[in-house]
Amino acid sequence: MARGSDTAPAEATPVREMGRGTRTLLLVLALAALIAAPFYVYPVFLMTLLCFGLFAAAFNLLLGYTGLLSFGHAAFFGGAAYFTAHAAKVWGWPPEFALLLGVIGAAGLGVVMGAIAIRRQGIYFAMITLALSQMFFFACLQMPFTHGEDGIQSVPRGRLFGLIDLNQTLNMYFFVLAVFLLGLLIIWRFVNSPFGMILKAIRENEQRAVSLGYAVPAFKLGAFVMSAALAGLAGGLKALVLQFATLTDVAWQMSGEVILMTLIGGIGTMLGPILGSSIVIALQQRLATSDFPVTIITGLVFMVCVLLFRRGLIGELAHSRIGRAMGLRPPG
Amino acid sequence: MTMIFGIPIQAFLGQLLVGLINGSFYALLSLGLAVIFGLLRVINFAHGAQYMLGAFVAFLGLKHLGIPYWAALVVAPLVVGAFGALIERTMLSRLYNLDPLYGLLFTFGLALTLEGTMRWYYGASGQPYSAPAALTGAIKLPFMVLPIYRAWVIVASLVVCLAVWALIEKTRLGATLRAATENPSLVQSFGINVPMLLTLTYALGAGLAALAGVLAAPIYQVSPLMGSNIIIVVFAVVVVGGMGSILGAIVTGYLLGVAEGLTKVFYPEASNIVIFVIMAIVLILRPAGLFGKEG
Repeated sequence: MARGSDTAPAEATPVREMGRGTRTLLLVLALAALIAAPFYVYPVFLMTLLCFGLFAAAFNLLLGYTGLLSFGHAAFFGGAAYFTAHAAKVWGWPPEFALLLGVIGAAGLGVVMGAIAIRRQGIYFAMITLALSQMFFFACLQMPFTHGEDGIQSVPRGRLFGLIDLNQTLNMYFFVLAVFLLGLLIIWRFVNSPFGMILKAIRENEQRAVSLGYAVPAFKLGAFVMSAALAGLAGGLKALVLQFATLTDVAWQMSGEVILMTLIGGIGTMLGPILGSSIVIALQQRLATSDFPVTIITGLVFMVCVLLFRRGLIGELAHSRIGRAMGLRPPG
Repeated sequence: MTMIFGIPIQAFLGQLLVGLINGSFYALLSLGLAVIFGLLRVINFAHGAQYMLGAFVAFLGLKHLGIPYWAALVVAPLVVGAFGALIERTMLSRLYNLDPLYGLLFTFGLALTLEGTMRWYYGASGQPYSAPAALTGAIKLPFMVLPIYRAWVIVASLVVCLAVWALIEKTRLGATLRAATENPSLVQSFGINVPMLLTLTYALGAGLAALAGVLAAPIYQVSPLMGSNIIIVVFAVVVVGGMGSILGAIVTGYLLGVAEGLTKVFYPEASNIVIFVIMAIVLILRPAGLFGKEG
């Protein structure tokens, strides 16, 4: 999504140098907090946060760095959850292979959906991805292996590499944390690679990228499949954490939720989607026990974000003086 | 029993009728989307919610105020249209200079809020709304039984679609609208109030959705979720038709409704997804849509 031309001017070098040290410190602190967290907070809640954080980060890879708004990411997240759950439960695969199957399945779906959707741009792209994911939803509703309305229940977590028992909550937590960090590392590497630079060029000015001789459709499809595969990683992981895969994961509401997570946190920032997903999940958990529909809050937050702060929390912070001193880079 | 393509003609005609009914709603809704998109460059995700609100205005109007069906056909579009105008004036109009995706996201949030609110008050289950006495019953045709209400929906939606088409393509107001689509600043310099035109257009689109909602109320149950199920299909219809042409939106709506109905006869398992499959095929063969212009 193209942002306004009001991005901050490049900051002076001394600020940047100071920021880099602070940033490393903050990263180390964040990592320490993540390692200590399960001893203080309910681990399953933390694992859910990590799964959705990875999902939103994968989605942001497409929206924030390629400028493509997918309204169908639930298909990859929920599809992978089904594949992983089925492999682990029915075929008795070990968790690492079940997860891998989820990722490959999501990537495969991404190839098909992406190849069709990238034929149009902008809002058409959004509508097409929404329609295709709804088609996948109906397919899931009818295919026998998903068990329709019941979903796949009591998925075994199994033993990682045949050695580590993931039914031990702490083992599972550190496995999820490792996968989460690996996923983020892949995204960070991808965004800052030459491939990622070309994606940003396409986002800023597609026509110019074409005239420079880049095969724009191939790059878009590459980004789409990458994003789908990582969303699949998050979905498969979620199936192992919560031990079920249901239609909720493939429904269009899930696609909307991941957009909201990214929007609240900040489109095109590394940390924004993670922060945004934590806020949304925490809000849902809080309202889960009351009969007040979460969608009212979700919808209102959506409207407020779009009207008043389109940069999101991290985006706004990065534009402020404090954010720059902390070494946060304005999105772009 | 007469057979056609190996199935009884009654079943065939019955599903054709169901297809035409669904097609009537697809046509009315995609027409509204196309009208709004044409001028505002906004994909109105709240269109499904406005359709649902139309049905609810009819339902609540009858229950609490005794507003009969015929009056609801006028009242519901006015109420929902006015509500749409309010939203456009206060919020949506702030997003015109931004990427169109923000308009989509804003109306998505609006749809969630409206749906959630209605669900909070009325629960997720459907409420029955009965058709007026004049439209109940059925006509016995030599080859099938035709419920009067269904025939009325098809005729009414055809008339409304053609009226809107004529309004936009054949009248002076429509000419102004089309001119404002092409070049808003030039039209404004002629002394025409373009922001007002935008508000009216959004209200018209929302009103059309509400009208479809009232027409749908006796056929489907009135439920807070009735809009979100249909809007995604209508998006696919709009992608197939291309949003460049009003007539294209109408024709595609009916065609895809019929295609869906006939799929129910021949291969019922695929009837939920046939429109999406058609969309995928059209995108591969003709990315701009059946009636769309490239670009």
